[in-house]
Amino acid sequence: MSHNAIQDRPPVTTTTAVKHDPLRHARLPRWTPFAVAVGSITAAVGLGLAAGWHSRIQWGLVAATFFVLATYVITTKVEGSRQAKDRVATSLVWVCFILAVVPLLSLAWVTISKGLEVLDPYFLTHSMNGVLDAEAGGGVYHALLGTIEQVGIATLIAAPIGLLTAVYLVEYGGGKLSQAVTFFVDVMTGIPSIVAGLFILATWNLMLGFGPSGFAGAMALAILMMPVVVRSTEEMLKLVPNELREASLALGIPKWRTILKVVLPTAIGGITTGVMLAVARITGETAPVLLLVFGTKLINPNPFEGAQSSLPLYVYEQYAVGTDAAVARAWAAALVLIAFVMILNLVARGIARWKAPKTGR
Amino acid sequence: MVTTTPPIRNSRRAEGASRPGDKVFLGLSRGSGITLLVIMAAIAVFLTYRAVLAISQDSTNFLTTSEWNPAGQPPVFGIAVLAFGTVVSSIIAMVIAVPVAIGIALFISHYAPRKLAKPLAYVVDLLAAVPSIIYGLWGAIFLVPYLGGLNKWLDDYMGWTYIFDKSSDGVARSLFTVGILLAIMILPIITNVTREVFLQVPKMHEEAALALGATRWEVIRMSVLPFGRSGIISASMLGLGRALGETMAVAVVLSPSFVISGHLLDPGGGTFAQNIAAKFNEANEFGRDALIASGLVLFVITLLVNGAARWIIGRRKEYSGAAA
Repeated sequence: MSHNAIQDRPPVTTTTAVKHDPLRHARLPRWTPFAVAVGSITAAVGLGLAAGWHSRIQWGLVAATFFVLATYVITTKVEGSRQAKDRVATSLVWVCFILAVVPLLSLAWVTISKGLEVLDPYFLTHSMNGVLDAEAGGGVYHALLGTIEQVGIATLIAAPIGLLTAVYLVEYGGGKLSQAVTFFVDVMTGIPSIVAGLFILATWNLMLGFGPSGFAGAMALAILMMPVVVRSTEEMLKLVPNELREASLALGIPKWRTILKVVLPTAIGGITTGVMLAVARITGETAPVLLLVFGTKLINPNPFEGAQSSLPLYVYEQYAVGTDAAVARAWAAALVLIAFVMILNLVARGIARWKAPKTGR
Repeated sequence: MVTTTPPIRNSRRAEGASRPGDKVFLGLSRGSGITLLVIMAAIAVFLTYRAVLAISQDSTNFLTTSEWNPAGQPPVFGIAVLAFGTVVSSIIAMVIAVPVAIGIALFISHYAPRKLAKPLAYVVDLLAAVPSIIYGLWGAIFLVPYLGGLNKWLDDYMGWTYIFDKSSDGVARSLFTVGILLAIMILPIITNVTREVFLQVPKMHEEAALALGATRWEVIRMSVLPFGRSGIISASMLGLGRALGETMAVAVVLSPSFVISGHLLDPGGGTFAQNIAAKFNEANEFGRDALIASGLVLFVITLLVNGAARWIIGRRKEYSGAAA
């Protein structure tokens, strides 16, 4: 029956289908988006010049609006409204991307170009001792030293606690306590840095009566660092295949030796990466350092006594001074800081790729 | 056979606990976990304690007063301006950042050429690591002058909306500028988390939509966005948490004043974190307690926001949230 039904179809329909194939809509040529983009940018620049707008951002926004509108109108005319929506969505996504890239590129470019004006070996090896605000010269050595000491102490406090907590959560976890720890680690990730600073201020400085010091700052930084270390280590330990643990336990090796000799070495690459990323994150924290370390122009190598400086704090102080020479120093210190953080990031990601745990698949 | 399993597990646990090395190691790791809990509890307790010391001396209502003078006789301070500024600047940041971040995440996961997508994701990762003080420096020196034109345009054509009415002259060191800067700062983190969720959309869903003849946008609307909705919400909340607690960028860009003004383009206003950073150096011990009280409010707000985000993530086990 069905066979008959198919054969019953008059052959005439196929010929009409060839004439007016419903499966193939009219399509715009591939170069259409480029043409529309060029057109709308030209129109926006022309309009901007004619109306005398000064802001280049405004030109860009007008061009983007033209582009989206023109795309919609042209595509609706030729391809239909569904395709038009698709094209508008595509162009909106591109516009989003460009909108975001412009400020971020500008940030990188400005920091590098302004920073290189002042940055030289002298800047890295001298402090601000005796340098007047309006005077050029001086350097960032005391701040660099302070940052390295504070971040080092913070890492010494936070890394072991964070690591052991992660081991507890993954290897011994499952109970009520580990659920609570997991939840509060998550919550702790979101603590504003200034609140961590206030906490140390309230306890260490106001209640115990200590003065500002690098160590106080380091404790606040450690609070900010711990949850980051826990989360990343936890993820890495979860990647270690269970067969490895079982094989080791089956050989009669105690659990703690299994963890130390089998689980941790397998995940060591990822754990190192996590710790370094956490270090990179706290290196740029200004707020707790501002409250607790206080800032100084002198070199103070002792983190346990007296005010120190740190790179982000130095940037803030020099900006606040406001003279040309000081702002130039702020940019140079910002470049040093960003280079420090980026190098840490790149090395950490390099280690992650190089020592990625073998998941067995 | 079923009954044999629990005894084996029990005996292993008992044996493990009997070894001294295991006991020490378990103690150490459990102790670390407990240390974390203790720190969290201590933060809450000590901040509350110092805050209560300050608030009990406050001669006005702490929540509704828009003045900050803890050194006065009697001391007068309240958080109305700070709460207003924090909420408004964060809302501006969210309104700008969330759609753009979703756009970038879609761009990386679905639109960008394959060769471009991976390096882009990498760059976004790196951008999340740029210290906030550098965003602040850039914002104060570059963004503020550039926004002058936009502000004038908004004032000219949107002034009738009241919020875009610029009633005083001066540079754009306003809550609006702060909101834009915060948006730029939280873009990378929202993008990262959202992108991770988008990549987890089952390929089958997308292919099914494509097989039905859907365009790329329809695929995204029908399969990607519904799947990623909770991820988007939680990513936004994480970004909101950052924006609420951001200190240095706001402190550098805003020119603070203790006035609540609906004119967003006017310089002035303040946020919790910015106020702490700005008032800290000149404050005596009581003034510091007052600042701690305002910090406690900030702490509670971010706690609620982050808790809500985690709760939403927690309902979906597939997504780990490791990148956050």
